[in-house]
Amino acid sequence: MLKMTANILRTLFSKKPTRLYPIEVRTPFEIARGKLVNEIENCNFCSICALKCPSQCISVDKKAATWTCDPFACVYCGICVEACPFKCLHQEQAQRRPAYERQILLKKGLPH
Amino acid sequence: MLKEMVPVSVDNLVKETAGLKIAGYRFVTLSCAAIDKDHFDILYHFDLGLDLKHLRLTVSGDTKIPSISPVYFAAFLVENEIQDLFGIFFEGLVIDYRGTLFLEKMIHTPFCKYTVQASQSKTNGSQPLSGSPDLKEES
Amino acid sequence: MLKTVIPFGPQHPVFPEPIHLTLTVEDEIIKQALPALGFVHRGLETLVDKSDFHQMVQVVERVCGICSMIHAMCYCQAIEEIMAIQVPQRARYLRVIWSELSRIHSHLLWLGLFADSFGFENLFMQFWKIREKVMDIHEATTGNRVIVSVNAVGGVRRDMSSEQLQWIQSQLANVKQEVARLGPTLLEDYTIKKRTVGKGIVSRDKAYELGLVGPTLRASGIAQDVRMLGYAAFNELDFEPVLGTDGDCYARSKVRFQEVFQSIDLIGQAIRKIPGGEVQVTVKGRPEGETVTRVEQPRGELLYYIKADGSKNLDRLRIRTPTFANIPALVTMLPGHWLSDVPVIVLSIDPCISCTER
Repeated sequence: MLKMTANILRTLFSKKPTRLYPIEVRTPFEIARGKLVNEIENCNFCSICALKCPSQCISVDKKAATWTCDPFACVYCGICVEACPFKCLHQEQAQRRPAYERQILLKKGLPH
Repeated sequence: MLKEMVPVSVDNLVKETAGLKIAGYRFVTLSCAAIDKDHFDILYHFDLGLDLKHLRLTVSGDTKIPSISPVYFAAFLVENEIQDLFGIFFEGLVIDYRGTLFLEKMIHTPFCKYTVQASQSKTNGSQPLSGSPDLKEES
Repeated sequence: MLKTVIPFGPQHPVFPEPIHLTLTVEDEIIKQALPALGFVHRGLETLVDKSDFHQMVQVVERVCGICSMIHAMCYCQAIEEIMAIQVPQRARYLRVIWSELSRIHSHLLWLGLFADSFGFENLFMQFWKIREKVMDIHEATTGNRVIVSVNAVGGVRRDMSSEQLQWIQSQLANVKQEVARLGPTLLEDYTIKKRTVGKGIVSRDKAYELGLVGPTLRASGIAQDVRMLGYAAFNELDFEPVLGTDGDCYARSKVRFQEVFQSIDLIGQAIRKIPGGEVQVTVKGRPEGETVTRVEQPRGELLYYIKADGSKNLDRLRIRTPTFANIPALVTMLPGHWLSDVPVIVLSIDPCISCTER
C-alpha cells in the first residue's frame, strides 16, 4: 500500500486529467477525421464515394441530383474523401455531437 | 505461396499429426474453406521455430473426420467451431459441443452455403428455422 | 463431496466482454471449467461476399477495437503477398510505429483491467490515465482515436512529419516515466503478489503443447514472438522477446508490463531509422491465390488465411485470433484453484472475446 502513496500524493497536487466534457471541449487535432461535409455546388454526382464507402452509408441519385449520407452508419474512415475526384468532400475537425434521433444528411444540387 | 503443404487423407491424418507432434511442432490452428457444392478444404497449420507447415485435407461434407484433439488438446475448440460454422462433423472430440459452441439450441451453419439446410431456410421465408425440432420444444 | 455447477459469466463485473464458463466446483475448489462462446459472434468473415478486397480493410479493423491497426496490417500484408506488391520502406516503418503504439495502449488497458480484477481501482485509473496520452498520439497522427484506419493495400494512408515524430518521442518519454512510476506498485505490492503469484500456472511444456501464444506463452519461458519473422520493418530493428519463467499470473503481468517499455524502445528505434519517400503505391488488378500471414498482436500471434480466386471479392477469409488459441489454457489452468481466483486467472490471458468470435 505504501508504494502507491507517492503516486497518490502526486495526483492529489497535479492538474486534473479529466475535463467537464460538454462544457469544456479539447481543441481537436489538425487532421482529426470528424463530420463529413459535401460542398454540393462542386459535386458532380459521380457516385464514386457511394461505391467506395466500406459501410455503404452514402447513396447518390444522379437524376434527382441528391447526395444522401447516413451519419449513424458512417465509420469516419475518410475513404470517400480520398476517392472524390472533384474534391468536394471533406471532413471537419470537430466530431458530430450526440443526437436525440436518427438523422439523414440530404443535399440537393442542380441536376447536370 | 504456401510452402510445405502436405496433402493428407482421412485415413492417415491422425498418424501424420502424431508424427508432427513427436517432431516437436506446435499446433496453430485449422482453416476450413468450401471448394464447391459439398467439398471442403481443411488446412491444418503447425509451427516449429516460426516455420509453418500445413496439412491439406479435402473431404466431402458428409465425411466424419477423425478429430486430432486426442493428439493436440487445443484443437478441440477450432474443431467445434468448424462443426458450428460448416456443418462438418468430427469424430472422437475430447470436448464435443455437438454444434452448440456458439448457439445453445440449434444447429445452423452459416458458412455452409450449399447444403439442404440453407436452401430450406430460403424457401421458408420469414420463419427460417421453423422446422427445427429443438426450437419447437422451447416455444 | 457434493458437486455444484456455477455458471460464470457472460455478464460479470470483471469481464470486459461476454464469455461464459461452466464451473464445476467442490466446496470452493474448481474441478472442471468449460468455456462457451457465441455471445458476440458477428460473422465478419462472411462479409467477403459483400465487400470487395479494398473495403475489407475497414471490415477487419472492426474485428477488434483494441488492435484494429494490427488486424488491418495483417490483412494488407496477406493481400500484398498474394499480389506481389512492394510496399515502400517508409510505409513499413510507419506500420511498425502504429502497431507498437497500439501494443502500448492495449497493454496499458489490460494492466488497468487486471488491477481492477483484484479490486485495485486506483491502479486501474492510473494506468488508464497514461493510456489517454497514447490515444492522443493516435488521434494526432491518424485522425481517429481507436479504429485508426491508416492501412490500405499497398501502404499506409497517412504520413507523419518530422515534427510529429519528434512530438511522439517526447510524449512517449513521458509515458515511459509515468509507467515506470507504477512499476513498484504492480510488481512488488504485497497484496497484489498474494493474489497473483502461483495462480494459474502453465508449465513450459504444457504451454507449448497447448499452442498458447503471445505473453501467455512467453511468461512460461518460451521465446516465441512472431515479430522475429521480420514483417514490416521489424527485421531492421533490434529487440529480444520479453520472457517470464514461472508461467503464473504474476509472470504474465510482468511480461506485459515490460513489453510496454520494449514497444517504446522499438518506436524510438523506428523513428531514428525511418527513411524518406512514398508511403503508398497504387494497386491494380485483383488477388489470386492463397496465403497464410502471421503478425504479433498485443495478445499474441494473429493468423490470417486468405483464399482469393481472382474476382473482386475474396473466396475465403479466415481469422485466427490470439485469444482463440489461449482459451484452451483456461480449461487446464482453472481446475484446482479457488472460485475467488477465477476472475484474476481468466483476465491473465487477456481475453478479447469480440476478436475470438469475429
